[in-house]
Amino acid sequence: MTQSKQQTSSQPRAIRKILIANRGAIARRIVRACNELGLESVVVHTSVDAHAPYIDEASEAHALKGLRPADSYLDQEQLLGIARSSGADAVHPGYGFLSENAGFAQRVIDAGLTFIGPDPVWLERMGDKVNARRIMAEQGMPIFDGSDFITDLATAREIALTIGFPLVVKPSGGGGGMGMQVVDHIEALEAALTQAQTVAAAAFGSSDVYLERWIPQPRHIEYQILADEHGNAMHLYERECSVQRRHQKLIEESPAPGIEAAVLRKQAERGAEICAQLGYNNVGTLETLYSDGGSGFLEMNTRIQVEHGVTEEVTGVDLVQQQILLAAGGRLPEPAELSGHAIEVRLYAEDSQTLMPSTGVLRIFQPPQLFGVRVETGYQQGQEVSPYYDALLAKIIAKGRTREQAIGRAVVALQAFTVQGVQTNAALLLRVLRDTDFLRGEIDTGMVARILRTGERIPAL
Amino acid sequence: MAKQDVESEVTGNVWKVLKSVGDSVSEGEVIMILESMKMEIPVEAPGAGTLTQVLVEPEEQVEEDQVVAIIES
Repeated sequence: MTQSKQQTSSQPRAIRKILIANRGAIARRIVRACNELGLESVVVHTSVDAHAPYIDEASEAHALKGLRPADSYLDQEQLLGIARSSGADAVHPGYGFLSENAGFAQRVIDAGLTFIGPDPVWLERMGDKVNARRIMAEQGMPIFDGSDFITDLATAREIALTIGFPLVVKPSGGGGGMGMQVVDHIEALEAALTQAQTVAAAAFGSSDVYLERWIPQPRHIEYQILADEHGNAMHLYERECSVQRRHQKLIEESPAPGIEAAVLRKQAERGAEICAQLGYNNVGTLETLYSDGGSGFLEMNTRIQVEHGVTEEVTGVDLVQQQILLAAGGRLPEPAELSGHAIEVRLYAEDSQTLMPSTGVLRIFQPPQLFGVRVETGYQQGQEVSPYYDALLAKIIAKGRTREQAIGRAVVALQAFTVQGVQTNAALLLRVLRDTDFLRGEIDTGMVARILRTGERIPAL
Repeated sequence: MAKQDVESEVTGNVWKVLKSVGDSVSEGEVIMILESMKMEIPVEAPGAGTLTQVLVEPEEQVEEDQVVAIIES
């Protein structure tokens, strides 16, 4: 645990009733945390989500008008209106949707409610990737060579030559790899800039982009941070999240195989120290890229992550409960030991071979119940998987005393999970879990793309 | 002149139409981008030719296997 010199004296705020501004697995996860803490929960849902299992598990459910995210789970007016009318005293934004929207967080606070997340100032500072890089670099976190905002082609060319090729053009306001363009040589820079700016403007409402050195075949390593409002911060070790498709995570595990624990601890501790120094609060994740050439800070996620369950399994710390307790002005939990190994596989409604999303009604949906296996899902049998929201059907989190045992349990859980009505990526997940490189812990972010590029037929379940 | 249907592989919404009627396209060239489950799904020309019809507009919902454009070669 790290403590900064400045102490803020904030009064504990009572939280009794939480509006959950989200859907799917995370909405259900937050309802569970509320029930465990003896708090009331209010969920919202669109008409296609009206049969989600958490509707009955929550204290109250309210229908949203509209279907598309912009008209429903992103509609601040509707959400704040329900928060007021239901008498909620706090809002949990989950992940995605409005979770990192500083404007929304501020409106929640201005309405006299508690926002369960960091102070809006952190959503704003870290949401701008160029700014986040600057803040972290100033605090001594290693970063890869990169640029400030690119304003014109001439400057871009100049900076690109100093960084060297290949490099990557990234939207500053973005995330999830959207709009990223890898550039191999200077002639391709202009086209890549235009393309990245177009996507950035359409997706994030800002065409700001920056350049960064491209690390071929890196590993994605991230550090879980917890921070209270009294100047303290701690880490809950790392997660290895290199198995990705389209820059989106597919498999996550903790601890990270094949990297010396001392190296990882040093980074995690540095991250916690920086967060304490900055006065960051609630939970956050420091994402980094790791390669033989060193490691560099990528971005900070100022919310609970999809893959938080992996950390919960190896530390015993309930991150969602902690978010609520910290938002109520509570102090950090006791430091946690790292115990065993946990691995999460994300079951998506998408084809294993083509990765094309698949929609439909879940005619059969039977998650397994097995020793050492936890399933987080916002779906149940008979429910519709619509094209409006993301394709995540369930997270399967397997725990073992060793990595091998955790992987074995994940394999069996995937085989025992029956889904009919939509295509799933279960076959692809199994293919990766049985990959010889993966089993040796030799993973990098290009792994899934390489498997799919060979044209190899992914064996059916 | 051989007509070729351009079909959507997924259920989703039209995000952007990148080509116009009269444009010549080569095989694999992206004609439009659909959005489904927060993913951008490009619709590519199944063969080379001239785009003679674009049957959908941005924001419009499309079904799997729906014909969204026609190419003649």
